[in-house]
Amino acid sequence: MPPTQNSSARSHGRPAQDSTGTARTRPVLDATDISRALTRIAHEILERNKGPQDVVLLGIPSRGVPLARRLAAAIAAVEGSEVPVGALDVTMYRDDLRLRPARALEHTDLPAGGIDGRTVVLVDDVLFSGRTIRAALDALTEHGRPRQVQLAVLVDRGHRELPIRPDFVGKNLPTSMSERVSVLLTEHDDLDAVTIGGSDASEVPA
Amino acid sequence: MMRHLLSAGDLTRDDALVILDTAEELAAVADRPIKKLPTLRGRTVVNLFYEDSTRTRISFEAAAKRLSADVINFSAKGSSVSKGESLKDTALTLEAMGADAVVVRHGSSGAPHRLAHSGWIRGSVVNAGDGTHEHPTQALLDAFTMRRRLNAGPHGEGAVGTDLAGRRVTIVGDVLHSRVARSNVLLLRTLGAEVTLVAPPTLLPVGVEGWPCSTSYDLDGELDKSDVVMMLRVQQERMGAAFFPSAREYSRRYGLDTRRVAQLPDHAIVMHPGPMNRGMEIAAEVADSARSTIVEQVTNGVSVRMAVLYLLLSGSSDPEVAQ
Repeated sequence: MPPTQNSSARSHGRPAQDSTGTARTRPVLDATDISRALTRIAHEILERNKGPQDVVLLGIPSRGVPLARRLAAAIAAVEGSEVPVGALDVTMYRDDLRLRPARALEHTDLPAGGIDGRTVVLVDDVLFSGRTIRAALDALTEHGRPRQVQLAVLVDRGHRELPIRPDFVGKNLPTSMSERVSVLLTEHDDLDAVTIGGSDASEVPA
Repeated sequence: MMRHLLSAGDLTRDDALVILDTAEELAAVADRPIKKLPTLRGRTVVNLFYEDSTRTRISFEAAAKRLSADVINFSAKGSSVSKGESLKDTALTLEAMGADAVVVRHGSSGAPHRLAHSGWIRGSVVNAGDGTHEHPTQALLDAFTMRRRLNAGPHGEGAVGTDLAGRRVTIVGDVLHSRVARSNVLLLRTLGAEVTLVAPPTLLPVGVEGWPCSTSYDLDGELDKSDVVMMLRVQQERMGAAFFPSAREYSRRYGLDTRRVAQLPDHAIVMHPGPMNRGMEIAAEVADSARSTIVEQVTNGVSVRMAVLYLLLSGSSDPEVAQ
């Protein structure tokens, strides 16, 4: 049962022939920028929800999960209290399963308190077509009934294909469809960075 | 992506781990309030059973339904097969009905292979047991159960990504008529385990020397070094008789009773693919003990079969994309 494609799409761009990254990539955010953006989003989440009560952060694998953990740490640093963090795999709910080889699943891990009646903040690295978030909303309804769902993303690169809008954005990044946005996080990669590259994308939109 | 699951021997270590890890995630679905995923909506899975089976058919049915596939159950009894319809004509009928996957159990070894490679149907074929040949999903669920019991921590964490390297598995009983034994030997070897088959000489198949495992006639000699003891059902329906002198003698030499269980290492587990002959190959106290994984195996079977159906059916059916 060979190549199962992992859904940990690190790059967010349209498919093309070359995936070796021969085209030029340039940095958009460095580690300090990412850290500042997350700290600001943490404050915005607290401000919007009038504190950390009932807030649950759910990261979308793979890179949404460490981002959710970092946001939780930032909230804890401000408020001195922990908010529950979890992971929500949306693979089984995607609308493009039939267009690609079967994918391995990522881990879903909901906080012990569940999500019923809570304010769930979905956390992802890049918002592009909005289809991942559509799948996440479907997945969420099968785990419970949150009072409210909000969306935090590190990068919004535009080109939405569905009526979905983020509540908290680290960086609005105007891109062309063929460009590739990569989010690198030390939990998965060697460094913290967001880069944008030419039309050498190897992944479909997330 | 593979198209069919016909033999446990076709799986590489990586293939097997993808199936087991996927099953590990899918097992969590059983704990949710809504035990259903939308993934295979609009796909049709046909359970084509030429032989009696309760747990395997129900397990595949539950697995397909949890993934939202439509399930059609076809059992040979009470169908056109009893009027003499051939496998080919049945297959053409299923193809005409638009089956995306055919889960087949057949009394003849090789029937699933014939179904998959004859060009009669376009869908995926899953072998759910053929004659005395193979039963790959049983081997997968057994490996899944071993991995959970032997490799995972107290809260079930840590099994993902692990194989069974260095584990000693002793498979006891009617190997001759067992498709479970053959599939397990092939898969467990791929996952790095050392398998020993223990049976009276009359119940070991011809050519077993060529299997990637060792053999023994003496159960007591194997117990203290076993991590897993898997008891096989004595398949009376496949025996004319005359494979051993009496049920009592078989039970005394090859049955797993409390005295033998006491010789096992503390962490060792006892498995049985079911259905059991209590008092024959396994004592009732052993079957119901904490070491026994027999009920877990049934639960795990659903998760593993969900993983197989998901991996076979969810992706693109276009070979261009599937590469």
